[in-house]
Amino acid sequence: MKRLHLPLLILALAAISLGIFQHKVRNLGFPVLPAQITDNWIVEARVAFEPTGGAVTARMLIPHQPPGFALLDEHFVSRDYGLTTGMTGDNREAIWTTRSPRGRQVVYYRTTVYEITRSLRPSEEYPGPADIPQLEEPYASAASAIVERVRERSADITSFATVLVRDMAHAPDENLALFVTRGGDERERVRAAIQLLAGARIPARMTHGLHLTERARDLQPRAWLEVHNTREWVPINPADGSVGYPANFLVWWYGDQDPLELSRARNAQVSFAVTRNFQSAVDAAQQRALLLDSRIADFSLLGLPIQTQNMYRVLLMVPVGAMIIVLLRNVVGFQTFGTFMPVLIALSFRETELLGGVILFTLIVSLGLAIRFYLEHLKLLLVPRLAAVVIVVVMLMLMLSIVSHHLGIEHGLAVALFPMVILAMTIERMSIVWEEHGAADAIRQGVGSMGAAIVGYLLMINPYLEHLIFVFPELLLLVLAVTLLLGRYTGYRLSELIRFRALSGRSGP
Amino acid sequence: MKWFITPRELRRLGIVGMNQRNTGMIARLNHRRNYPLVDDKLLTKKLALDAGIAVPELYGVIETNHDARHLPDLIAGHEDFVIKPAHGSGGNGILVITGRMGERFRKASGLLEEIDSLEHHVSNILSGMYSLGGQPDKAMIEYRVKFDPLFADVSFQGVPDIRTVVYRGYPVMAMVRLPTRGSDGKANLHQGAVGAGIDIATGVTGHGVWHNDIVERHPDTGAGIAGIAIPGWDRLLELAAGCYELTELGYLGVDVVLDRDLGPLILELNARPGLAVQIANGVGLSTSIDRIEAQKPKNPPSPAERAAFVQALIGAEPGVRS
Repeated sequence: MKRLHLPLLILALAAISLGIFQHKVRNLGFPVLPAQITDNWIVEARVAFEPTGGAVTARMLIPHQPPGFALLDEHFVSRDYGLTTGMTGDNREAIWTTRSPRGRQVVYYRTTVYEITRSLRPSEEYPGPADIPQLEEPYASAASAIVERVRERSADITSFATVLVRDMAHAPDENLALFVTRGGDERERVRAAIQLLAGARIPARMTHGLHLTERARDLQPRAWLEVHNTREWVPINPADGSVGYPANFLVWWYGDQDPLELSRARNAQVSFAVTRNFQSAVDAAQQRALLLDSRIADFSLLGLPIQTQNMYRVLLMVPVGAMIIVLLRNVVGFQTFGTFMPVLIALSFRETELLGGVILFTLIVSLGLAIRFYLEHLKLLLVPRLAAVVIVVVMLMLMLSIVSHHLGIEHGLAVALFPMVILAMTIERMSIVWEEHGAADAIRQGVGSMGAAIVGYLLMINPYLEHLIFVFPELLLLVLAVTLLLGRYTGYRLSELIRFRALSGRSGP
Repeated sequence: MKWFITPRELRRLGIVGMNQRNTGMIARLNHRRNYPLVDDKLLTKKLALDAGIAVPELYGVIETNHDARHLPDLIAGHEDFVIKPAHGSGGNGILVITGRMGERFRKASGLLEEIDSLEHHVSNILSGMYSLGGQPDKAMIEYRVKFDPLFADVSFQGVPDIRTVVYRGYPVMAMVRLPTRGSDGKANLHQGAVGAGIDIATGVTGHGVWHNDIVERHPDTGAGIAGIAIPGWDRLLELAAGCYELTELGYLGVDVVLDRDLGPLILELNARPGLAVQIANGVGLSTSIDRIEAQKPKNPPSPAERAAFVQALIGAEPGVRS
C-alpha cells in the first residue's frame, strides 16, 4: 500500500484534472485555444400597437428550441405590462397584459441565439397521414393529376415534396396554375403546397423564420415548408424545393398564422431586427454553463473582477514555471542560484521582453557584482552588506532607467519591474560562489539561472499555455501530478551523462 | 573520449546519480534528526573524542562578534592553525594559516594577511555566510594538520585528505583528495582538487580525476598519482566504519587526514557525500552496495569486522579495479 500510495495519488490527481477539463471542453464548450470567437445573433422583435380602450392582451409567438440554434438569453422589455410565457400547440408565446394603457404602445422581445450543431428539439412523432382535402372541380381532378405526375418522378416523401415545389416554382402547367397564382407571396405558395401534399396524404406544415443577416432592420419573416417523412420534419425551401434550412435561418414559429394576436388594440406592427454579436468563446461557454446550471462554472476564475483575473493570468503561470525548474534541475541538471529565482526573473521578463530583460539583468548583476567586490574590501557584517547591495541595486535600476530614457530606449524603463531583493540575493550568492569556487563556477551557475529563466519565460508567455491554465485551472492538478512524479525520478540527470563521461568504455564489474 | 556516456553504460557500471543519491541514499538512510551531529563540527568533534576517535585539537571557539576580540589570545602560541565555520559545507570558509611573518599571517596559498582580515573572516563565519541556510554560526580555531609526506609529491599546498564513503557502516569506496594550485589548498573536488581512487582491499591509490577528467599525474607537481600505498589502511577503514556508530547515518562521508606525528585524524563527517568518488574509482557505488546488501552478516558486526568484510568482498574479485 505504501508503495502504491504515490502512484495512486498521481493517478487520482491526473484523472480529476483531465476529467474536469474534458467535461468543460466537451459539454460546456470552453475553448481549448485562445481568442476563439463564436457567432451570436441578437434578435429583437418589436411589437407596436394602439390600444382601443380597456385591458389589452398581446400574444406574441417566440422561438422555442429552433433547429440549429440555442437561445442564450431572453429579455422582455415592457414597462407596466404583466408577462407570462407558455406553450400553445407547437409554439411558445409571450403574453403581455396591462389594464389601461394610453397612447401608442411598444414592447420588445430580445434574445441572443448561437448556432449549435445538434438540435435541442426532440424529434416529433409522425402525426399520421394527412386527410385528403375536399376540393371542388376543377381543383379536385387537377390536384389528383398533379399528385400523379409528381409521384412518377419521386422516390420518397422528401423527394415528392421537392419535385412538387420545384414544379410549382418553375414550370407550372395548367393544372398547377390553378393553385399557384403568379406573383403570389410565399405564404400562399406554401399553403398551396400543403394542400397538394395532403392530396398525397403527406403531412406538411408551414413554418416562419428569419434569415439572420448582419445589422438587418425590419426583417421580414419568411414562410417555409416542412414535411414529415414519418421520422422527422424535413424543411423544404418553398422557392426551389431544396431540402433543409439555409445557414443562419432561425425558425420563429410554426403554423399558418400571424405571430401577433391582439385584443382591444389596433394598428399592430411587428418588426424584427438582427445584429451579429461576436463574443469570446469563453464568455459564451460561461453563459452556456449557467444555462445548463453547471456548478463548475461557479468556481471559474472568469467570475472574478477583471483586475484580479489579470493578476491570476500571470500568477497561474508560476506553478508551470516551478515545474519547469524541477525538470531543468532534476532531469536536465541545470545549476541555478536559488531554487525558484529563475521563475521570478522569468516573470519580470514578461514585462521587459526577452532581449531587453536579458541585457538589463546581465547589466545589473555585473555592475552589482563589481560593487559587491568593492564592499568585500570594507569588511562589513553580512546583513549590512546585503542591505548595502539592495540599496546599490535599487540605485543601479534607477540609473539605468534614467539613462535609457534619455537615450530613448523605452525598454530600459521596465527595469523597475525586476524583483530587486531577488537581484540582490543573486548578486550576493554569485559573489560568494565566485570567491569560493572561482569565476568559472559562478559564471556557469549564472548562465544556468539565466537559461532556466529564458526557458521558463518562453513557456510562460506562450499564449496557448496561458489560456489553457487560465480557463482550465484544474490543469494545475495535472502540473502537481507531474511534479510529484518527478519527485520520484531517480534516474540520471542529462548533465551527469557528461559529468561521468570519463567512465565511458570502462569494463564493468 | 566521447563527450557523453549513455545511461545504459552508467547503469552497467552501477553509477549512482544525483537524484538516486538524494532519494535512495540520503532520504532513505539518513534521518534528519542526525544531521546536526555532522553539520555541527563542534558536536562531531565532541562525539569523536567521547568515542576515542582521534581528531585535530581544538584551540578555541568564537561564538559572538564580541568574542572576536579574543582571536589574538586564542591563536597566541600557535605558529599555524585553521579557522573554520562549525556549520560549514563543501569546505567553504576554511582559512588555513601555515605560519607567521612578523605581525602578518601566511595563508596556505603563500599570501600574507593582516589580523584584521582574520577577524573579518571570523565575523563572516559568525554571520552565517558559510553555514547551511545562512544561520548564525560559530568559528572554530583548531590544530593545523601537518600532513604526512606520503602525498607531498602529489599535492600543491593544503591538506590532502582521504574521503571514505560509508554505507550502513560498511566502508564501500574511498579516494584521496589532493589539493592543486587551482583549489587554493582545499581538498574539495569541485574546487579543483584531484581525486584519486583507492583500492579498498589494499589501500593503494589508482588514477586520479580532475575536473571530471581522468589524470595519471598531478597537474601541478607532475608526479604520478597511482600506486601510493597508504600506511595503516586497515586501521583507517576501521576508523571510518566506526563513524557509523557515532552518527547512525547510513550514507556518510568520512574525511580523514594523515598527520605526520599523530597518524590518521577524523577531520569532518559529511551527511551528503558527493558522487565524484565514483569517477575516481572508475566504478559505481551501487555495485558494491548491492553486493554488501546481498551478503552482509545478519547480526550487527563491529566496525573492524565490517571493514574486513568489505575488504574480503571487494578483494575477492580482482578486475573490479581499474
